[in-house]
Amino acid sequence: MYKIVKAEKLADIIYLMDVHAPRVASHCEPGQFVIVKMDDKGERVPLTICDYDREAGTITIVFQAMGASTTRMAELKEGDSFRDFVGPLGCPSEFVHEDIEELKKKKMLFVAGGVGAAPVYPQVKWLHEHGIEADVIVGSKTKDLLILEKELESVSGNLYITTDDGSYGRSGMVTTVIEDLVKNEGKHYDVCVAIGPMIMMKFVCLLTKKLELPTIVSMNPIMVDGTGMCGACRLQVGDEVKFACVDGPEFDGHLVDFDQAMTRSRMYKTEEGRKALKLQEGDTHHGGCGVCGGDN
Amino acid sequence: MADVLKQVPVREQDPEVRAKNFEEVCLGYNQEEAMDEATRCLECKNAKCIAGCPVAINIPDFIREVKKGNIEEAYKVISRSSALPSVCGRVCPQESQCEERCIRGIKGEPVSIGKLERFVGDYALEHDIKPEGAKEKKNHKVAVIGSGPAGITCAGDLAKMGYDVTVFEALHELGGVLVYGIPEFRLPKHKVVAKEIGKVKELGVKFETNVVIGKSVTIDQLIEEEGFEAIFIGSGAGLPMFMGIPGENANGVFSANEYLTRSNLMKAFDSSYDTPLAAGKKVAVVGGGNVAMDAARTALRLGAEVHIVYRRSEEELPARVEEVHHAKEEGIIFNLLTNPKEILVDENGSVKGMRVVKMELGEPDASGRRRPIEIPDSEYEIEVDTVIMSLGTSPNPLIASTTKGLDINRRKCIIAEEENGQTSKAAVFAGGDAVTGAATVILAMGAGKAGAKGIDEYLSNK
Ligand SMILES: Cc1cc2nc3c(=O)[nH]c(=O)nc-3n(C[C@H](O)[C@H](O)[C@H](O)COP(=O)(O)OP(=O)(O)OC[C@H]3O[C@@H](n4cnc5c(N)ncnc54)[C@H](O)[C@@H]3O)c2cc1C
Ligand SMILES: Cc1cc2nc3c(=O)[nH]c(=O)nc-3n(C[C@H](O)[C@H](O)[C@H](O)COP(=O)(O)OP(=O)(O)OC[C@H]3O[C@@H](n4cnc5c(N)ncnc54)[C@H](O)[C@@H]3O)c2cc1C
Ligand code: SF4
Ligand code: FES
Repeated sequence: MYKIVKAEKLADIIYLMDVHAPRVASHCEPGQFVIVKMDDKGERVPLTICDYDREAGTITIVFQAMGASTTRMAELKEGDSFRDFVGPLGCPSEFVHEDIEELKKKKMLFVAGGVGAAPVYPQVKWLHEHGIEADVIVGSKTKDLLILEKELESVSGNLYITTDDGSYGRSGMVTTVIEDLVKNEGKHYDVCVAIGPMIMMKFVCLLTKKLELPTIVSMNPIMVDGTGMCGACRLQVGDEVKFACVDGPEFDGHLVDFDQAMTRSRMYKTEEGRKALKLQEGDTHHGGCGVCGGDN
Repeated sequence: MADVLKQVPVREQDPEVRAKNFEEVCLGYNQEEAMDEATRCLECKNAKCIAGCPVAINIPDFIREVKKGNIEEAYKVISRSSALPSVCGRVCPQESQCEERCIRGIKGEPVSIGKLERFVGDYALEHDIKPEGAKEKKNHKVAVIGSGPAGITCAGDLAKMGYDVTVFEALHELGGVLVYGIPEFRLPKHKVVAKEIGKVKELGVKFETNVVIGKSVTIDQLIEEEGFEAIFIGSGAGLPMFMGIPGENANGVFSANEYLTRSNLMKAFDSSYDTPLAAGKKVAVVGGGNVAMDAARTALRLGAEVHIVYRRSEEELPARVEEVHHAKEEGIIFNLLTNPKEILVDENGSVKGMRVVKMELGEPDASGRRRPIEIPDSEYEIEVDTVIMSLGTSPNPLIASTTKGLDINRRKCIIAEEENGQTSKAAVFAGGDAVTGAATVILAMGAGKAGAKGIDEYLSNK
């Protein structure tokens, strides 16, 4: 069992937890993820490692309550435990193994959408600790859903916040901000790292391709084992099929087939939606309507 | 007394009933039936069956005890050579091992050695008969990677010798393929697998789940930082292969591993578990091995019409005869000498069919089996909503790529000596599917035993 030493609600349906998992904490690096399973009947849910404390042996996760498992997970409190917590999985971000002096010559731009701020944070923090200041754009639907602003501020070079509805920071999508920075504000970047919903990553990549800005994305397909055993996480990257859990989760965004990836991640939409609905409505939902979906 | 040329029939669930449930198909012998069947054994002096058994169980010896009704004694005879009789009695390909060589088989049916082994194993589980533990402890720490049959056997043997053993398992359950691959209706998880593993726990073996060696910790770190003096790698061959044909990434195309893992390990067939499985209404399973049969029979139980699509003929089907027979009885449709060319995808990205081509058998290839060749202009389409690829698996490169000095061959298998499991790296031993590529439970178990012996010799001479 893996004890939750801190549980906090960051925003509507977004939760942060620190979990005691010393084996994971002693070996993880930015870009990697864990798989958690809350109890006997829970799903194996992949979540990016948002922060780690090697001494305390804890891992920070941030998740959005989207479906059956994450909604049940949201009810866990400090002192409760996860039944399973495995990791670190996947490959660390490429820069972790690059020469620091070479890295310092590069200007990096991070683009986070929604909960994507969570996986972006450890990367920017790692760079900051190694003397590299990266610029960060965080996009959120609205002010109330913005997370980790303070944390990001303390480790980023320039932090640009934008909300879809203009309720805070700049107004509009992250792509608008990238375009503004590069085209109108004379910024130059050598690498972009975009993490967020697939649709956001797709549009960021379409733009950065035009801007000739190499872009790395962190893919979050449906997974089962996370060790290369099932192929559920496979993606088309250029002319190769890759398993995101072992070959990724980070890939060259200009090579990823996002449309296929998005179709694949909708695989369980209706079925899971029904389960989520059953959970919300208890016995009052008898199913069979076939259209309720229930997964907003 | 019944016809001595015939086996005492074993009770099975009716095909029509079992096609709709996940309960075990074969119900096994009771004591009376087992003792009856045992009397058919001639107790040959030069027993050919023993030579057919990869771990050389003294078959006539254990059957003699069954004949007398001394089941506990029979269990002791088996457990000298095998750690998992309840498992092996269910899943071993006896028809091509011990039973194939049985003298009785010349004129009539061979002695039903597998069903007798299963009876003895289950008796020991029910009556809580334990293997003997170590007389004295040895002060050496050994790590075993993987809790499949190879790892479990190696750990059990080492514990009996007195070693301090820890098993590291990547998944959240113990058992390897026995829990994630082979379905409940062939091998019950609680009643059999968990109990067999429970016995190994009682020998004092420690288990750590959720540890991916190569990610959570490396082999070199286990040795240098955690004080393990020898390592056994039994990490299996879990990496699924795909065909590389168009449409393979469509929704509704699974590896057999994914389909079976969702159903077996994550219990997707039971709606009280969170993990979903889009089971399909009309399913094509591509391949003809045990794994394909398991995937097909699982899909059938989840309510689908199921077709096995295999490029050779019935004779070449690599699956066990019993499994093919059961699959047919349950209503699986066999499309033999047929090979997929393309998976057809609808406008939503989901599978709507498969374009296949007819095959014929040509000259024998390297494996000695006649090579299938396409018949020109014989392509046609079949309508399916789900395709399960069961084309075989290979070892996961994760461990080899993170361990200094561990050599692998072209097929990504770890290179190890057969008699003692020694790899190219000092203090590191390996066995099972990780070394041979996908094989059988009993071979993995045999390799686990050899590895335990190798480690014992290595540590005794240290
Ligand atoms: C490597 C990786 C890292 C991730 N990191 C994070 C993270 O740090 N924080 C976080 O909140 N989420 C993260 N995710 C996504 C997270 O795993 C899914 O949201 C979660 O599995 C949904 O589980 P559920 O049972 O609650 O939802 P389900 O009931 O399974 O699904 C709810 C809805 O979400 C969709 N869905 C299912 N799985 C995914 C997925 N992987 N991505 C997008 N949509 C999905 C379904 O189609 C459905 O509509 C990550 C995924 C991966 C693969
Ligand atoms: C569906 C199916 C049906 C089969 N049917 C039969 C049958 O009827 N009869 C028969 O004899 N054989 C059958 N087999 C084959 C048989 O199951 C295997 O040959 C046997 O299980 C191999 O045992 P193993 O211990 O080498 O590996 P496995 O059983 O594969 O166990 C390996 C274990 O190691 C773990 N592992 C892998 N990598 C790591 C890591 N890096 N760190 C920690 N742990 C790790 C895995 O999670 C797994 O639990 C079948 C196989 C399948 C898939
Ligand atoms: S070969 Fe057959 S008859 Fe002879 S000892 Fe073995 S099981 Fe008995
Ligand atoms: S999640 Fe199973 S192979 Fe990647």
